[in-house]
Amino acid sequence: MSRQELLSPEGLRVDGRRPNELRRISCRASVLSSADGSSYYEQGNTKVLVAVYGPREPRQRNPALATEQAQINVEFNVAPFSTSERRRRSKGDKRLLEVAAFVRQTFEGAVQRSVYQRSQIDIYIHLLQNDGGTLEACVNAATLALVDAGISMVDYVCACTAGFVEETPVLDLCGVEEAAVETPDLTVAIMPRNGSIALLQMESRLHVSKLDDVMDLAIEGCKHIHTKLDNAVLAAANDLAEKLSH
Amino acid sequence: MLKNKSFVKRTRKGNVVRTVKEHYLRDDINCGLSSCTHAVCKEQATKPLSSAPRDSTQWGPHYLVPDTNAFVNQIDVFERPIISDVVVLSTVLDELRGLSMATYNRVRAIVRDSDRRWFVFSNEHHRDTFVDRLAGESPNDRNDRAIRAAARWLAGHLQPAGITPVLVTNDEDNLRKARADGIACCRMDECLGVYCEHPELLDMMGSVSVDELEKWEGYAEHLSAVQMQAGLKSSLLLQATLQIAPYNYLEGSVYTKFPDGKERRVLIIGRRDMNRAVQGDRVAVQIHPRALWRKAPSAALVDEDEDAVPDISKKDPAAPAVPEPSADATQAGDGHVQKRARLSAADGDSAATAPAGFVHPSDVTDDRDEGEPTGFVVGIVKRNWRSYCAFLDPHFAPKGARASNAPATVSVLAMDRRIPKIRIRTRQLSVLAGQRFVVAIDAWPRDSRYPQGHFVRALGDAGDKATETEVLLLEHDVPFQPFTKNVRADLPAEGAGWRFDAERDQVGCGKRQDLRHLDVCSIDPPGCTDIDDALHAFALPNGNFQVGVHIADVTNFVKPGTAMDSEAAYRSTTVYLVDRRIDMLPELLGTNLCSLMSKVDRLAFSCIWELDPEANIVSVRFHKSVIHSKASLTYEQAQTRHDDPQMDDPVTRGIRTLNMLAKKLRRRRTEAGALTLSSPEVRFRLENDSQDPVDVEMKALKETNALVEEFMLLANISVARKIHEHFPDSAILRRHPEPPAQNFDNLQQALKPLGIALETGSSLALAQSLDRAVLPDDPYFNNLLRILTTRCMMQAQYFCSGTCTPEDFRHYGLATEIYTHFTSPIRRYADVMVHRCLHAAIDRDADYGSVLTDKTKMAEQCEVLNHRHRMAQQAGRASVELYTNLFFKGKTVEEPGYVTQVLQNGFGVLIPSYGIEGVVYTTEKGAAAKPAAAASAAAALEYVKETHTLESPAGGPSIGLFQRVRVVLQVDDKPVSANVSSMRRKLMLRLVEPQIDGVSVPPAELQALRAAAEESRRGKLSDDKIVELVTEHPEQVKTI
Repeated sequence: MSRQELLSPEGLRVDGRRPNELRRISCRASVLSSADGSSYYEQGNTKVLVAVYGPREPRQRNPALATEQAQINVEFNVAPFSTSERRRRSKGDKRLLEVAAFVRQTFEGAVQRSVYQRSQIDIYIHLLQNDGGTLEACVNAATLALVDAGISMVDYVCACTAGFVEETPVLDLCGVEEAAVETPDLTVAIMPRNGSIALLQMESRLHVSKLDDVMDLAIEGCKHIHTKLDNAVLAAANDLAEKLSH
Repeated sequence: MLKNKSFVKRTRKGNVVRTVKEHYLRDDINCGLSSCTHAVCKEQATKPLSSAPRDSTQWGPHYLVPDTNAFVNQIDVFERPIISDVVVLSTVLDELRGLSMATYNRVRAIVRDSDRRWFVFSNEHHRDTFVDRLAGESPNDRNDRAIRAAARWLAGHLQPAGITPVLVTNDEDNLRKARADGIACCRMDECLGVYCEHPELLDMMGSVSVDELEKWEGYAEHLSAVQMQAGLKSSLLLQATLQIAPYNYLEGSVYTKFPDGKERRVLIIGRRDMNRAVQGDRVAVQIHPRALWRKAPSAALVDEDEDAVPDISKKDPAAPAVPEPSADATQAGDGHVQKRARLSAADGDSAATAPAGFVHPSDVTDDRDEGEPTGFVVGIVKRNWRSYCAFLDPHFAPKGARASNAPATVSVLAMDRRIPKIRIRTRQLSVLAGQRFVVAIDAWPRDSRYPQGHFVRALGDAGDKATETEVLLLEHDVPFQPFTKNVRADLPAEGAGWRFDAERDQVGCGKRQDLRHLDVCSIDPPGCTDIDDALHAFALPNGNFQVGVHIADVTNFVKPGTAMDSEAAYRSTTVYLVDRRIDMLPELLGTNLCSLMSKVDRLAFSCIWELDPEANIVSVRFHKSVIHSKASLTYEQAQTRHDDPQMDDPVTRGIRTLNMLAKKLRRRRTEAGALTLSSPEVRFRLENDSQDPVDVEMKALKETNALVEEFMLLANISVARKIHEHFPDSAILRRHPEPPAQNFDNLQQALKPLGIALETGSSLALAQSLDRAVLPDDPYFNNLLRILTTRCMMQAQYFCSGTCTPEDFRHYGLATEIYTHFTSPIRRYADVMVHRCLHAAIDRDADYGSVLTDKTKMAEQCEVLNHRHRMAQQAGRASVELYTNLFFKGKTVEEPGYVTQVLQNGFGVLIPSYGIEGVVYTTEKGAAAKPAAAASAAAALEYVKETHTLESPAGGPSIGLFQRVRVVLQVDDKPVSANVSSMRRKLMLRLVEPQIDGVSVPPAELQALRAAAEESRRGKLSDDKIVELVTEHPEQVKTI
């Protein structure tokens, strides 16, 4: 059978976007009242819910963990109903652990951990619906939830994916594009203030000479997402201010 | 610009799931009109549609908006350059992708051609033209509605410009609804009526219903897609590609995997069982009961369809016309038709209740006594129709005088004998007689005996060299159009003035080595302009030798992803015909910039060994280089230099060193079991201006040929090892599987009386037994045996290393564990891919394109390479045949020959002096032409399976393999349109010795023929243009 045409010669992708366009993003902070910080983040049909607890006393009284810096724990869960074929994943699923590890490593650099000595910060991520770009959604949602929890960070961490289809760099791959075997899929997370890169991860292969173009596009996307996150934080703050003034 | 309007689409897959996809609808999609004043349209860059399109009285200036079926059925019409200003809707393109990828690609090709002014309107992504599927609406209806919605929007949008979009559809329902909506619409023929100055467009229309004259009950109904799926899933049906025997268009077969995992062949005999399937179609097959299996020998049937193709309409439809069928098979094929139990929908998925009418595939075993399974087609999984070169059936005599442009329905015969007659409707009957033209099949309804098609374009007069050459290129699927503008744009900007530049070509930074000081030379056949390879060799101080093979650095000019690269990948190979060459790469590269000519700096990819005096590899390295060839020699010149003791320049010394090492390499290879095979090859000496063949000569080989070949093999093997090491999953390699022992059965049988046995256990054993097989009284015998052995071999093929286990990498013929093609990148695309692989293996920064590491894409490209390679070989052979026929036109020659093939009703004869092979028929079917022969024909010779010979029942002489015979060669000189055989222009062979009644030429006629032969020989002597015929024995030619 013929392969699906991911990018038509007219320059439109399967879902009608142009190569340099992001999906619709909507996000909200403070969605759970029981958590210290929380966020709900939608990027297209990828939907993520994040709850942050902490900083708090480390649960395990392990002297090795009682460090000068805060421990960050990340738990990543995928809802069985998140994809069209329902599938339950075990907790030990390597892919889930991998995503969790990526998010943990990213925020270990972004959270000012020395502020919270001998404590731990737990980030629970739930993927409710998956349509590609899981990692970027997780990072963005976690940023929002951490900010909501009032945890000191160096900067926002904004993530975005970009791929390479039909010799063209494309921004923010959707599920269909990601599923195509040969699409390289690059996730970049930056800290927008100084532009430093907090996470760089790629699946499949991409020739070095093309990497710069794809990176640049992804970073553009990150900056765009930064404004979105910023707005969400502002909205949450306004909400809070309104509540307090009453 | 991003519309945040997302919605939900639901699609159902095998097990019902809900897929949710986002769809962003846009408001920035333009209409394509170049002068559109609309704010959105002004900004967009692509707007090819003319503001003054074709005018018609009915619609005024208008654009065509065809629906999907219009393209599927009428793509040939749309390809005509006259049809411009067409709006292609993305709905239509999406549907086309699903229906026919080939048509989709053709439409895309037209759209790319900016001169045609076609525009793709992405209506599926446009906010105003997108329509949601309604509850209970079928996808087809939804798409029709989407097409109408787009047409309506375009109408409104284009109104200010005064242009009407006209919806073209042949769907009544769609037409009616469009009219109700107030959309301008028409049928295909109405729309073509506007082009009144081009009446042939109407001829080209597909799917015109051609009336069937007589009544018959028609073919069996095909199963529906659902039934077929169920049958295939329960393995009640087999899925396979139908292959028609080249000698008998009524004998088809499919190779397929049975439930027990073995591959077997199922025969499909007769039109009825083929049930409207055409050569190459993917079909679903059911197996006949054992009683109907074929127990007759499976030696090929010959179908001399020539004059004997009966006009079926005069025959009983229940007995499909098999000219001379193998008796029991076809009787079986006919008799059972009515009582055959059909696979019904009810039992389609329950294997247990298989009716008695067929055998379940899992019950099929290899028991030879049961005969070969036969089967019948119950459904078509996928059609594989293409356009066919054809000519008018000469049996179709236009009845009486008729107006020259009145439409008539005629049958045409395809050049490819495996294709059935095709019925077309034409208004240019008188023009087409005696011409070759292209037709396409549109449909094959159940009640029509033959497929229905339409005329595409005329090629020219039959028998004309240019026409025939075009026919053979088309028939072998060789892309021979000149290179397009886009491809030429990828050539270096300097053109022929391109010069080596140390800076640009990266010599300075160490990516390319400067080897211009080496004494490199190239050795090629005379007249060779595309020089792929050059060599050098010299002794090292330590007693070893440095040997270098330098291959044209094509990939330096052909970068992945460019138009030139995709064109080269599509062409895959340069095709060599007798009188012309169809290049894979534009001439500037092939014969100039890449060609390693002498006395200029050229870029190369070098493979440099250190060999010890016994020609063992001490070390090997690969790198890009720049060389300066000191001499381009022909084989003959190189040989002369080598032999001349006076010569002692570095180049000559290099040749001597190379020759010394090559001999050692060759000896070692032979000891390892490399085969020396042979195939008859002919070359023509052409008269320069008219290019008529004047002389036939055999290709001869010199020692220096072997020299070059030896080092090319060495380079290929070294490179294969290297790229496989670096890309274990995606290296392009070439393998040659070991032939199964039964391939040699017939040959062994024939050798038995001569006291010779071939040992086929390994290639070494085979090579040695071939060397021993010499008849003292017949020096040609050994060569003949090698030719016949070649035919028992499997085809060598390209493959991607990730798709095979390393044990299967073996190249049987060359007796090497691993092999690839590296040495001819100018004329083979496989080598280009290998160059990129190798470059990536030695240079991390190399730009090799993403395809190189993609196993599936590589495997796909390998399929293309293998197909093109096979086709190129066949086209080359067909071209030789064409020239052979031209050479013998009007001549009659008597020659000795050897029997190379024994068939049911004929035998193949190879004539060594010309290297020509033809078939002598033992049964004359042209009863009208040869009444005397026909009477005794049936009994003249009978095929005996045990000995694989043709015996005459009366106890006369028999015909077996290797037998020496004398034959008369003729190409009849009748006017081309006289009969089918002259339309096909076959060389005719007739037996002279031994004298067999009813087969040989009768003595009286022989006298006349001999006189004619004498005549033509005398005529030849007087003709000073003709050079003496070269009749030396063909040297052994290796086929790799």
